[in-house]
Amino acid sequence: MLAFSIRRIFQAIVVLAVVGLVAFSMFRFVGDPIDNMLGQERTDADIVRLRTQLGLDLPFPIQYLKFLQGAAQGNFGVSYRQGRPVADIIVERAPATLELAAVSVIFAIVGGIVFGIFTAIQRDGFIANAIMTSSLIGVSLPTFLIGILLIYLFAVELSWLPSFGRGEVVKIGWWSTGFLTVSGLKAIILPSITLGLYQMTLIMRLVRSEMLEVLRQDYIRFAFARGLSDRSIHFKHALKNTLVPVITVTGLQIGAIIAFAIITETVFQWPGVGLLFINAIQFVDIPVMATYLLLVSVMFVVINLVVDLLYYAVDPRLRSDGAVKAGHQ
Amino acid sequence: MSGLKRFWQSDLMWSFRHSPVAIISLLVTVLLIFTAICAPLLAPHNPFDPATLNLMNGFSRPMEPNQFTNEVFLMGTDDQGRDMYSTIMYGMRVSLFVGFMAVLFSMTLGVVLGLLAGYLGGWVDIIIMRIADIQLTFPSILVAMLIFGIAKGFTPIEMREQMAIWVLILAIGLSDWVKFARVVRGATLVEKAKEYIQAAKLIDRKPIAIMLSHILPNVLNPVLVIATISLALAIIAEATLSFLGVGAPPTQPSLGTLIRIGQDYLFSGEWWILFFPAVTLLALALSVNLLGDWLRDALNPRLR
Repeated sequence: MLAFSIRRIFQAIVVLAVVGLVAFSMFRFVGDPIDNMLGQERTDADIVRLRTQLGLDLPFPIQYLKFLQGAAQGNFGVSYRQGRPVADIIVERAPATLELAAVSVIFAIVGGIVFGIFTAIQRDGFIANAIMTSSLIGVSLPTFLIGILLIYLFAVELSWLPSFGRGEVVKIGWWSTGFLTVSGLKAIILPSITLGLYQMTLIMRLVRSEMLEVLRQDYIRFAFARGLSDRSIHFKHALKNTLVPVITVTGLQIGAIIAFAIITETVFQWPGVGLLFINAIQFVDIPVMATYLLLVSVMFVVINLVVDLLYYAVDPRLRSDGAVKAGHQ
Repeated sequence: MSGLKRFWQSDLMWSFRHSPVAIISLLVTVLLIFTAICAPLLAPHNPFDPATLNLMNGFSRPMEPNQFTNEVFLMGTDDQGRDMYSTIMYGMRVSLFVGFMAVLFSMTLGVVLGLLAGYLGGWVDIIIMRIADIQLTFPSILVAMLIFGIAKGFTPIEMREQMAIWVLILAIGLSDWVKFARVVRGATLVEKAKEYIQAAKLIDRKPIAIMLSHILPNVLNPVLVIATISLALAIIAEATLSFLGVGAPPTQPSLGTLIRIGQDYLFSGEWWILFFPAVTLLALALSVNLLGDWLRDALNPRLR
């Protein structure tokens, strides 16, 4: 366990170092930072002064280390477009994205497990088949079309829900939340469904196939023979054994949810980090792009690491394999 | 003639003739590709020639005569009186071109790197596959966005409009090579151990010749399957990027750009500006995808 953890953590650090190098190279080589910061009226003396001030005259590896040091302290430079520190902009935008992602994940897990159990128990039922078929169509639709479809149905035709924005938000310290107002709660429904739908179908299919597998096993048949109620068998005995792979997949999908939030946020003009990133690409705002890249990769790498370690801790088969291999070496 | 007959009677064609889904999706795919290629000949209007546009035709409803000019448009017109039917044909050209070129690029890159990694092994293998692993950690659409942003930063401002399509191809292609590389590497490792390769080594064939003329033909089947499914994914990726405004420029709208423009008119009731490009995109992506699914099952010896 210890050897595995150390190797896995070492790999994660290597990945982060590489991503940091990419982000730093973006700062350093895509466009000239001096050009971007000084206006048209500049003298050679200005350029030299700014060059030493920013440390651009230092050797490359030292610049890279300084960049990493700054990033670790939350100093990501200044947005070319907004002229404010990138860290401030991200902190302002982060609550919107995190709230959206959290609601989507909950929607995906709850919906996925409920529908998964339902389609597994009612295997050949009409409704279960309808759910399975429509999930196939749902998976092949691009995210942005699903969003537009929902907007058309619920915002344009029925006008039940707002089509864009976060509604009213309440400030709690630096965190702005949409959970405390009616308009905020209404506004989060459509974006979170759009964002979580793919993950929900994924979890649903997983739970269904695992349930079908488990329901065939002997201990379930014995449970039926003992005369236990259907309810107790399905939820107490079968469901528990399907949950390990579900936890793994959900964990790995959190990264995808953060990435696909970019698309959902654009469709619904949700003022989060994803929308910020898309605007940064359109205007080639390198510091914002690089910061987003860094933050997202830290998040991905940490999630992957935690899921791997959890999986290793939960599944004893992995451990014994490692022990056998270690014994042979 | 006998060659054609042999092809018709081959396992692959037998499976094709007995799969209605494959036949329909091939028909739809061929029809759409044909319309896209022949768009300048088939389209009733040239949407990029301002001389043929009449502002009075703006917002014509599909299949109904315009109230000012009495002209009828199959799929209606947009705000400037552009015929949607023709615009979609031209848009499909951009979508398909980007899709095909991106897949060609990622396939070439992936196959070459996969062959090198599998055949040479050692540190070449380690470096290539580590990069692949790192890239796999991130969703490919995010990688594509990032590459698009960086490449855009490198192109001079006055060139950005013209270069956008090529930047898009580069971005989608680079985000998708890992799948090819992994499969080719795995297949190469299997082939490398076989006797005919050792025989080829023994008669002193050069490594490049062994890789290209002996190993490559034997690993092509899975590559073909991945390429077909990748095409559907590339078309959707292109549409997504263009929809987000980081893809095809407004001067060369693809289906994704058209959907983005159409979204603005959804609220005022002009549904057709959005609806027809979206349906075309779906038909294209779905038929290519189903074709890929069929090919995967048909070429898989374990499923026969």
